[in-house]
Amino acid sequence: MDVKSTPSYLYWLFCQFELITCSYLMEPWEKVLFYSFNLALALLLLYFTYACLAAQASSALQLLWSFPANPRENALSVVK
Amino acid sequence: INHIVHNGGLYKRPFNEAFEETPMLVAVLTYVGYGVLTLFGYLRDFMRQWKIEKCQNATEREEQKDFVPLYQDFENFYNRNLYMRIRDSWNRPICSVPGAKVDMMERVSHDYNWTFTYTGRVIKDIINMGSYNYLGFAQNTGACQEAAAKVLSQYGAGVCSARQEMGNLDKHEELEKLVARFLGVESAMAYGMGFATNSMNIPALVGKGCLILSDELNHASLVLGARLSGATIRIFKHNNMQSLEKLLKDAIVHGQPRTRRPWKKILILVEGIYSMEGSIVRLPEVIALKKKYKSYLYLDEAHSIGALGPSGRGVVEYFGLNPEDVDVMMGTFTKSFGAAGGYIGGKKELIDYLRTYSHSAAYATSMSPPVVEQIITSVKCIMGEDGTTVGEARVQQLAENTRYFRRRLKEMGFIIYGNEDSPVVPLMLYMPAKIGAFGREMLKRNIGVVVVGFPATPIIESRARFCLSAAHTKEMLDTALKEINEVGDLLQLKYSRRRLVPLLDRPFDETTYEETED
Repeated sequence: MDVKSTPSYLYWLFCQFELITCSYLMEPWEKVLFYSFNLALALLLLYFTYACLAAQASSALQLLWSFPANPRENALSVVK
Repeated sequence: INHIVHNGGLYKRPFNEAFEETPMLVAVLTYVGYGVLTLFGYLRDFMRQWKIEKCQNATEREEQKDFVPLYQDFENFYNRNLYMRIRDSWNRPICSVPGAKVDMMERVSHDYNWTFTYTGRVIKDIINMGSYNYLGFAQNTGACQEAAAKVLSQYGAGVCSARQEMGNLDKHEELEKLVARFLGVESAMAYGMGFATNSMNIPALVGKGCLILSDELNHASLVLGARLSGATIRIFKHNNMQSLEKLLKDAIVHGQPRTRRPWKKILILVEGIYSMEGSIVRLPEVIALKKKYKSYLYLDEAHSIGALGPSGRGVVEYFGLNPEDVDVMMGTFTKSFGAAGGYIGGKKELIDYLRTYSHSAAYATSMSPPVVEQIITSVKCIMGEDGTTVGEARVQQLAENTRYFRRRLKEMGFIIYGNEDSPVVPLMLYMPAKIGAFGREMLKRNIGVVVVGFPATPIIESRARFCLSAAHTKEMLDTALKEINEVGDLLQLKYSRRRLVPLLDRPFDETTYEETED
């Protein structure tokens, strides 16, 4: 795990991203444009994941936490 | 390996050819890369049109903007938006003899490859994995060079005439007799340029009313010659004998398109080694088909002469066949002999006809005398007639280098196309950014490679092509392999899934879509 998160490994991953999306070949201003567009898209995706799925996610988590105590009764009470 | 049994025992040795399928993820990511570059290409074109950015490529003049646009097709779009970004990997100027090691002039670009300036420095001793120097005859020292220098001082450099006029030297006659003896044919004729040999002689052999069956991946010179001749051209799938047989059957049964008359001549155009795939033609099967359907065979041995066969006599010797079975044996002196030019060998009547009717003989200047002498000396060296075993040693060294290099690359996990015995080794890169990155990284590590993309290859199958040479020592190959390994890890090029997919030899019909079985 430690090796995976060293800065040089992260830099290498970033280089792979650059090579696959061809931003390795772009001029600096094109790179700025491309990365800002990508970041905006990623943030938008995260926000909508939170906004739309948060409600379902919380009820799913409640179901999960009830299992260790009493598998059958508690689960049925939550689902009802 | 599995398909020797199917074709009646025509092969005396195993025919190991493999074209590993593109991994699905890699293909998808390649399209993603091209998609991004296309979008940015449109953006840059928009900016250039609305004068937001300076336009540095060729455009029409102001007065011509209302005419039919000249630069709107895909080739020009690709050229100014994709090719320009990685252009520094091509047209690199070298300043020494292209042997096993080469010197290159360093150049930089300050405006993203639109213009280049030379720094003045010369990068020395770059391991040359790109030159067609299969037997290592590209030298500026040695017997060939001394003989060529002597002939240069005797005959000069220019011939100043076409072959049919005053350009027929005694050296040319000597060369042609030697080439005929080398190939095992009755007679041969030599021309000044290898490309022109194909494009100028096919029109002399076939014309309207004839049929040409040409392989899918034939070289531009063969395609040009076929188109110039005016004959009907039909393409068969690359090295696929079922496809060729189907075309031959249809041609014999149906005849010419409207009149249903029989074809005057059917000519099959194949190459010995295909330089972009590294595959070797299935010559025993082609000859069997040719004899069965009574057609003619034109074999272009540009890359295979000198490089294949136990004594370097090409693909015919490699398969152990009779040279008289091939009607027209064409080859070039550029690759294995370190000179320039091409030859055609065959029966005496054929060559005498070509001496009169070939465009190249009538209009093109004949070969320069020092070049002729280089070829004569190198052919004698390969045949062993100069009294040494240097030629034989070179042929064996090339075969060893080929086997070693291919085996090591496969072990490392790269996708390598082509036959086990071909000295042309294409290494698949696929993604457009990796084409530029591979060329640059290898040059940083002092290895010169040739990377190829669209339009020489299909758009997603870009590759790096290594040409092995007898001049490469094992140390050079080991250095090169070490660097390729490093760059392969850096750029994540080791795509191979190491699954041995045998080539399918079942009958080809309209329901066969895939050549290989998963």
